[in-house]
Amino acid sequence: MKEKIIEKLTEIVGERLLIDVDDRVSYGYDASFGQYMPDYVVQVMSTEEVQKIVQLANAYEIPIYPRGASTSLSGGPLPVHAGIVMDFSQWNQYLEIFPDDLLIKASPGVKTGDIHQLAEKYNLMYAPDPSSSSICTIGGNLAENAGGPRGVKYGVTKDYVLGLEVVTAEGEVIRTGGNTVKNVTGYDLTKLLIGSEGTLGIITEATLRLIPKPMDTKTAMIIFEDLYTAGKSISKILTSGVRPSKMEILDQNAINKVEDYAGLDLPRTAAAILLVEVDGDTDVLMKELHVIQQALLEIGVENVQIAKTKEEEARLWQVRKLVSPAIVQSGYTKISEDATVPLSKIPDMFRKIDEMKKKYNLNIVVFGHAGDGNLHPTINTNMRDADEVTRVEDAVEEIFHYAIELGGTLSGEHGIGTMKKPFFPKEVGEAGMVFQKAIKQALDPKNILNPGKIFPEAGEKRLVLKND
Amino acid sequence: MTEQLIEKLDYQATFDCVQCGYCLPACPTYLAFKKEKHSPRGRINLVQMAAEGKIDIEDMREGIDLCLGCRACETVCPTNVRYGDILMSAVEVLKDNKKMGLFEKGVRTAAFKVVLKNKQILRLVNRSLYAYQVTGVKRVVNRRNLLKPMEKYRDLNKAMPEVQLSKRLKNPPNPFRKSAIQVGFFQGCIMDVFFSRINDLAVNILNGHGMEVTNIPSQTCCGALQHHAGEHNQTVELAKKNIAAYEGYDFDYIVNTIGGCGATLKEYPKLFQEGTEWHERALKFTAKVRDISELMAMADLDFQYEIPKNAVFQPSCHLENVQQVFEDPLKIIKRIPGLNYMELKDKALCCGSAGIYNILHFEESMQILDMKMKNVKTARPELIITSNPGCHIQMQLGVEREGLSNVISVKHIVEVVAEACGIQTT
Repeated sequence: MKEKIIEKLTEIVGERLLIDVDDRVSYGYDASFGQYMPDYVVQVMSTEEVQKIVQLANAYEIPIYPRGASTSLSGGPLPVHAGIVMDFSQWNQYLEIFPDDLLIKASPGVKTGDIHQLAEKYNLMYAPDPSSSSICTIGGNLAENAGGPRGVKYGVTKDYVLGLEVVTAEGEVIRTGGNTVKNVTGYDLTKLLIGSEGTLGIITEATLRLIPKPMDTKTAMIIFEDLYTAGKSISKILTSGVRPSKMEILDQNAINKVEDYAGLDLPRTAAAILLVEVDGDTDVLMKELHVIQQALLEIGVENVQIAKTKEEEARLWQVRKLVSPAIVQSGYTKISEDATVPLSKIPDMFRKIDEMKKKYNLNIVVFGHAGDGNLHPTINTNMRDADEVTRVEDAVEEIFHYAIELGGTLSGEHGIGTMKKPFFPKEVGEAGMVFQKAIKQALDPKNILNPGKIFPEAGEKRLVLKND
Repeated sequence: MTEQLIEKLDYQATFDCVQCGYCLPACPTYLAFKKEKHSPRGRINLVQMAAEGKIDIEDMREGIDLCLGCRACETVCPTNVRYGDILMSAVEVLKDNKKMGLFEKGVRTAAFKVVLKNKQILRLVNRSLYAYQVTGVKRVVNRRNLLKPMEKYRDLNKAMPEVQLSKRLKNPPNPFRKSAIQVGFFQGCIMDVFFSRINDLAVNILNGHGMEVTNIPSQTCCGALQHHAGEHNQTVELAKKNIAAYEGYDFDYIVNTIGGCGATLKEYPKLFQEGTEWHERALKFTAKVRDISELMAMADLDFQYEIPKNAVFQPSCHLENVQQVFEDPLKIIKRIPGLNYMELKDKALCCGSAGIYNILHFEESMQILDMKMKNVKTARPELIITSNPGCHIQMQLGVEREGLSNVISVKHIVEVVAEACGIQTT
């Protein structure tokens, strides 16, 4: 049987079928947790190849796991039930801009960063900016509905997709949406498929929407003495009449780690700092920052430092960039979370995380996209210490439950994947589960498209960071 | 899990990797071979899986063997993974696991234990090469295409530099006399065979700019090639010899012209356990080690001549990613009168030379060189400036393969500075 599959896959992709152990094990991970072993890896390069492979998988009921650059933080591309990993990372040849239509069309393996660059050449912008843009693929962004810092003003991936080409579980090719912003012909399948993590169909081409590139940016750093005021300031800024393009927060722990690491003269005693960027016409930016300054004065926040030069501005954003390298410790593994809460609940979330830190005796720092309630509590863990791993699992679970209680969500931008599926029913409810499963059942009755994701399987009730 | 393997492989360091993939665009082998096992995070995962007994040791081999060791991944890594250490641990485990044929054993012994460490033999190689070239044998070999059946040696032969006779090491003057900045010279073995002229020019440049350079006789090979081949004990032995050799002098700096050797010298402390006497001695030694570009950038270079050429710089991976010297060569190059510096696209990507990689893995090395030459052809320089002998030969090879040897010349940064300063060999 296996020989037969190998023969047929070779007919379709030739040498781009990988079956050696070292290759297979190398497509069994992503940036989340868990290591699996697929039976086959195919590096696809055309819609036709995808179609043929899906048809084969459908006939033999072999699971398929689409995969971009495997930067996923939720386990989206993991081959949990073995089968075929479909690697899209090398199919990056098609990238075309239609500046007069404000569109870009791209094959799934194109890197998001390349889309940014091409758009900028025409003074346009593709707004979604996940921090892994220089590595991740647009296909992966679409599957997980990726976000990024600019989400606070510009939204996320789903807000910039006009149409898709998709291979269905039967191996048919369909097109959703089109080339226009306005399009209400039939169900909005484009939005259904974005963020469906490859469980409903396999995206083989995307038509993306562009907007004019903002002329300029300006940034301010706001320093807080207590977390509660920091939290309150976020809503205050967003209701001031100005829409910042980025709002990133660092807690005291993060500030001190960056300071230890790079010595940038940050206020070590501050409870938090908030970096606020505004973008648009140069002449207006200063005015906008003053509006924010005035609004904050009303709640007693005075310490607002505006970057005077481009260098100063770059230095401020350097602070945010350095958080990741600054918080790692040799021998410890970094675990990043992305539970998201309504803006007014940010102070509560901060308090809860602080409580978890003490209760479970963990090394947690908090930073993230404050402007959309998408915090990234990050834990450094010794993955070889079983007891500590359990404490981390417990703490993260409590954070998930609390986020849902606050009216928030399990994941703002990383996706459910394997990591968060045990908690999925709690957020959507019994009827919600039935409804979502009905869609899956209708579109992929044999469950060959990325099985083991989003929906918990029997017995999956807990967060598990390590599989053996 | 096998306790022994976990000990031998740098298993602990593999946990620093969060598999975020930031290393992928920086990795020349991933870009060239397009497979995850040829990426840094893929290799780290292979090492972790092997240590845990989930795959066989031999399953690591292809991925690890084809790593250039350029360590560009360390420069871009957001979680500071010690990739070099993980790689070396895997290389050693694989070496021990391999039943070597008599031939390979023989070559290893000859190369690592005898030739590279032995000044007399190296001088003999230098002299043979010199004879090969001045007698016109090289030209005949090239013209008659005698190496045609062995394409790789044919191309490498063409790319071989014009060799000059290396100089016998003079006994230094009183080692404790101190006037100018005292610089101990580290000549390197390959460098001294193929590029003794560059070493000679380097000494003259420093001597001409307020430094006093001494080339001490008891120095030996840095151990880089042995280290990369997993010969740990030999590397330690060489490190000890060099550390002891330079301890006899009161140098301010120990300088070399070789990005790769300099990196090994700067990593000597890693060979010894922290807290031991040798670790302390290694730290003191390493604190003085500088690349020639670091010292030339400090000096107020006295330029006499213009070099009116469009030039690109191909940095040595180990100069950048291990020694963390990024700006100094560029500072110097940009100050050279008349020279128009152009940025080579993706210049930080390895050229594929990587020690003896281009001899062990010729085909793969050429795939990587082709990526480099694509960018060179776009930049259209008249001059490629290098900072390491391996890169130098490789870039020369690239120029030959593209049929551009009449248009583009390849020079070490020392040669370019010497030319601009009107400094000649002695």
